[in-house]
Amino acid sequence: MALRTLIARNPLRAAAPAASRGLQTFSLPDLSYDYGELEPAISAEIMQLHHQKHHQTYITNYNKALEQLDAAAAKGDASTVVKLQSAIKFNGGGHVNHSIFWKNLAPVRAGGGEPPHGSLHKAIDSNFGSFEALIQKMNAEGAAVQGSGWVWLGLDKEFKRLVVETTGNQASVVVLILHSTPSVSLSSQDPLVTKGASLVPLLGIDVWEHAYYLQYKNVRPDYLKNIWNVINWKYASEVFDKESA
Amino acid sequence: MSLFNCISNQCPLGSNFGSSNKLGSFGAVPQLGGAQRRDKSRNSRSITAYYGLKSPPYKLDALEPYMSQKTLEVHWGVHHRGYVEALNKHLAKKDVLYGYTMDELIKVTYSNGNPWPEFNSAAQVWNHDFFWESMQPGGGEMPTLGLLQQIEKDFGSFINFREKFVEAAITSFGSCWVWLVLKREKRCLAIVKTSNAINPLVWNDIPITGLDVWEHAYYLDFKNDRAKYINTFMDHLISWEAAAARMARAQSFVNLGEPKIPVA
Repeated sequence: MALRTLIARNPLRAAAPAASRGLQTFSLPDLSYDYGELEPAISAEIMQLHHQKHHQTYITNYNKALEQLDAAAAKGDASTVVKLQSAIKFNGGGHVNHSIFWKNLAPVRAGGGEPPHGSLHKAIDSNFGSFEALIQKMNAEGAAVQGSGWVWLGLDKEFKRLVVETTGNQASVVVLILHSTPSVSLSSQDPLVTKGASLVPLLGIDVWEHAYYLQYKNVRPDYLKNIWNVINWKYASEVFDKESA
Repeated sequence: MSLFNCISNQCPLGSNFGSSNKLGSFGAVPQLGGAQRRDKSRNSRSITAYYGLKSPPYKLDALEPYMSQKTLEVHWGVHHRGYVEALNKHLAKKDVLYGYTMDELIKVTYSNGNPWPEFNSAAQVWNHDFFWESMQPGGGEMPTLGLLQQIEKDFGSFINFREKFVEAAITSFGSCWVWLVLKREKRCLAIVKTSNAINPLVWNDIPITGLDVWEHAYYLDFKNDRAKYINTFMDHLISWEAAAARMARAQSFVNLGEPKIPVA
């Protein structure tokens, strides 16, 4: 059985106040399925590492950065506040993205892999031509992400249409350190909203190597092909219906 | 008639056939400028140039237990080989890229920050050649002599340098490389982080050593424990010999001994 905490909570809202100023911290959300239930698409080993190590690390570092931000803001230390932005964006983004990702997956017994019906299905047909065309597009874009990143199916609330977007390492980013702390803005954990303020993520697929390497090595296309067997379209439909109302 | 020998994939256990000068460029020389082959079957007499996969200067199990044979088999045999094949495919399609040395190819395809698709393949081929040569069995410990002096001059102490290098690697986000470079203009050593395929050649700096911090470099051996991988690299893998040789060559291009004459 997967580890489950006793209290159900919304992971994207903070759990418990930490400092006396009432700073909220975040904690690792539960999965609604066991680590092994997504096999053979994603191995139990990967699910456990991904959830308990990688996601947890983002949360830990996010909380740390928030604490430091809080302290710096209280002191009026503007340069520290600015320096912390990249850590917040990266770790906070990692937390946001992975929280969505766990809900995007479901074992077959819970409807994983079953294509959407209803309004989302209609929207996919009208935006992409067919369900198969959407899958193909997402697989192609996901495979093309260089380095680390995500491929998203998003709803553009402003233009009322579906889009496929990727967030990933940008080739032009670099950091030079001589004797000072680096300050860098990398996009590999950017939430979808950084690509457009009106974008709502329906589905995200993690294409960082840690998401598939132990099982698929460098054959990311195979991972992308197989993950559709455990994609939770029910969740995506719910979000779509709610956000397009 | 071919002007160079056609050199393709090498036997992993053999010597580096054809690469006489290990220090031909700053770091690895993929092959002697690539091979030429005239395609007689086509009327246009086009020339194709290609690179071969250069094997690491040690057997694939030589870095055990610090970097497993399995990792090298996949990282070199699949990832690195894949980059070489992708590069050759690109070069076959793009005549304008014919004739460049690897260093030049990287700079040209980087295109001042708007990289062409070929850049990723070219740079990753170079990066991985450089990376294998930056490690050795029985590596680690400390640099000596001139390189150590320069490190102490630019970082205060070797301990401080090591700390900064490890910190840079640990705090890099996503798929990155970390380098010790000799800055040409500033005439000093520095630590540089780059993302994806970028390397210091694009700014005309001279890499002295480098570390691959893409997840595929350490995931099979260390899973998510990137810090352990980095420390293992520093303690047991890094080749200060290779770094010293690169530094020695770099000094023919960068005058480190020039006194700073104060302007009155």
